[in-house]
Amino acid sequence: MLKVLKSGFFTTIQDGGRFGYLNKGVPVSGFMDTSSASKINLLLENEANAALIETTMTGPTLEFGKRTYICLGGAQLSVTLNNEPIQDYKVYKVEKGDIISYGKLKKGFRSYLGVKGGFKTPKILGSQSLYLPITSKNHLDDGSTVDYTMCELFVPKTSELKVDSFLNETVLYVTEGPEFHILSKRQLEELFFKDFKISNQNDRMAYQIEEKITGHKVSMLTSATLPGTVQLTPSGKLIILMKDGQTTGGYPRVLQLTDRAISILAQKKFGDKVSFKVLK
Amino acid sequence: MSNYSISIRPYGVHTVLVEWPNKVEEAILDDILLFMRHLRTNCLDESLWEMIPAYNSLTLLYRKDPIDFTTFSQTLQDWYSNKEEAVLPRKYLWKLPVCYDLDFGIDLMEVSGILDLSIEDIIALHTKSPYTVYGIGFLPGFMYLGGLPAELEVPRKAQPRPKVQKGAVGLAGKQTGIYPQISPGGWNIIGNCSVPMFDASKENPCFVNIGDKVQFYAIERAEYDLHKIEGEVGIYKLEKENWNA
Repeated sequence: MLKVLKSGFFTTIQDGGRFGYLNKGVPVSGFMDTSSASKINLLLENEANAALIETTMTGPTLEFGKRTYICLGGAQLSVTLNNEPIQDYKVYKVEKGDIISYGKLKKGFRSYLGVKGGFKTPKILGSQSLYLPITSKNHLDDGSTVDYTMCELFVPKTSELKVDSFLNETVLYVTEGPEFHILSKRQLEELFFKDFKISNQNDRMAYQIEEKITGHKVSMLTSATLPGTVQLTPSGKLIILMKDGQTTGGYPRVLQLTDRAISILAQKKFGDKVSFKVLK
Repeated sequence: MSNYSISIRPYGVHTVLVEWPNKVEEAILDDILLFMRHLRTNCLDESLWEMIPAYNSLTLLYRKDPIDFTTFSQTLQDWYSNKEEAVLPRKYLWKLPVCYDLDFGIDLMEVSGILDLSIEDIIALHTKSPYTVYGIGFLPGFMYLGGLPAELEVPRKAQPRPKVQKGAVGLAGKQTGIYPQISPGGWNIIGNCSVPMFDASKENPCFVNIGDKVQFYAIERAEYDLHKIEGEVGIYKLEKENWNA
C-alpha cells in the first residue's frame, strides 16, 4: 500500500482513459499530459496506459508500504525521497517506510508518479481514472491508501531519460475544427496573431481563455466534442475542453488541439501565455 | 430508405465527423443509426472505434492511429452509398416515473405563471406523448429529448442554480430532460424522476440508447419514496416496450 500522508492541491489516479462510453456521455478522462505520463511508464517498462498518480500544482507526501521502483515526471517540483532530492525521469528503488515529499512547484503544473506495474485500484467501466460520478471520488484525500504490487528486483533497460522538456513551449498547434469555416477574417486574425492568457477557470474539464475575441450568432445542433476542442461561445469566449470535458456541446468547435498541444496546455496554469498555430 | 447528402470532415487527426442536413428530424436520426449499425456490423472494429451519434451527426473516433482522411472519407462515403436496406436497431419506449410534487417541482409555480397553465395542465402536457432521445451527453446519462409540446416552451432561468438535484426534471426552450446527477443547471425544475439514469456499477451504465423513446408518467410522493429506496439497493424495475417491433 501507498499511504497518502498529505494529499496536496488535487492528487488523483489516472490511466490511459475510459473508452466505450462516449455515447453515454462519459468523458474519456485519463492523463492530462499523456506525453509525460507515457515516458514514465516507458522507463518503468509498464503498459503504456498503466495507472499513475497525477498531481496538480502542489504535490502530496506519500509513504510506501513495500518495496517497488518509482519514477517521476511532468511538472518540475522539488521532490525528496527520505529528504534526499530526486530527479525526474529516473528510476529509484523505494523500501517500506520510505517517504516521498513534494515541495515547491518550479515549472509546469501537473506531475506524474509511477510505480513498477502501475497502481492497482479498481477499474470502473474499464478504467482506473478517477472521475465523479463514475468513481465515488475524483481525488485522493489525506490518509487514503493506494495499492500496488511489491517488486523485489527490477533492472531497467534505461534507468534515466534525458527529456527535452516542453514546459517552456507556449505555441499550441491546432487543426481546423468542424466549425472553423464560421470564423470571420477578423476572428481569424484575433485567434492567430495574439497571445492569450489562461484564465483562473482551468481544471481537468476545461481551460478557459482570459481574453475574448469577437463573438458570433451561429447556432448549431448539439454534437460530439473531444479533449482539445476549442469552443467559441456567442460572447467570444474561448473554452478548451480537456480530458474530463463533456462529450457533447452546442458551441462551434473552431479549433482542435493536437495531442501534443493538449499535453503542453495541461502544464499551464492561471496567467500563463499561449498562442495558437495551425499545423501544416 | 433514402440516402441523404452527407458531409464528411476531419475533426483532429483521430476523428472524423459525418453530418446530415442541419435539421432535427427523426428520419435523419434513423438514417444515422442505420449507418452506424452498418459500420459496426460490416466495416469498423468496434473495440477500436468510438461512434457518437447526436441529432444530425455521427462522430467516429479511432483510438489507435491518426486517420488518413482523404482515403478514409472516400471509403466512408462508399460505405454510406452502398449501405444495405438494413433493419433499424431495435428501439424501446422507456416509461419513466416522475413525481411532480411541489417539493421537487421547485419551479412549477413559476412556470405555471409564465405559461398561464395550471399545474395539472403542465403535468398532462409533459406526460402526454413520448420524446425522442436525440443524443446523450453534457453529463453521463443526460438525454437530449426532442418533441416537447410547444405550450411547454419556457425560457431557461436567468440565473442558473449552482446545484440541481439528481433526477431533477427540467424544461428549457424546446427541451426537457433529467439531470442524471447533482450539477449546476439553468433549467426550470418541474419534478423528479425516481429511476437512476446512470449507474456506473452496471455493465451498461445507461439503459437508454440514442434513438429510443422516453415517456414520463406522474407518480405520487409515496410511490416515489418507494422507488427511491429500490433504486438505492439496485432493484428498481424498468418499464419498457418495443417501439418499432
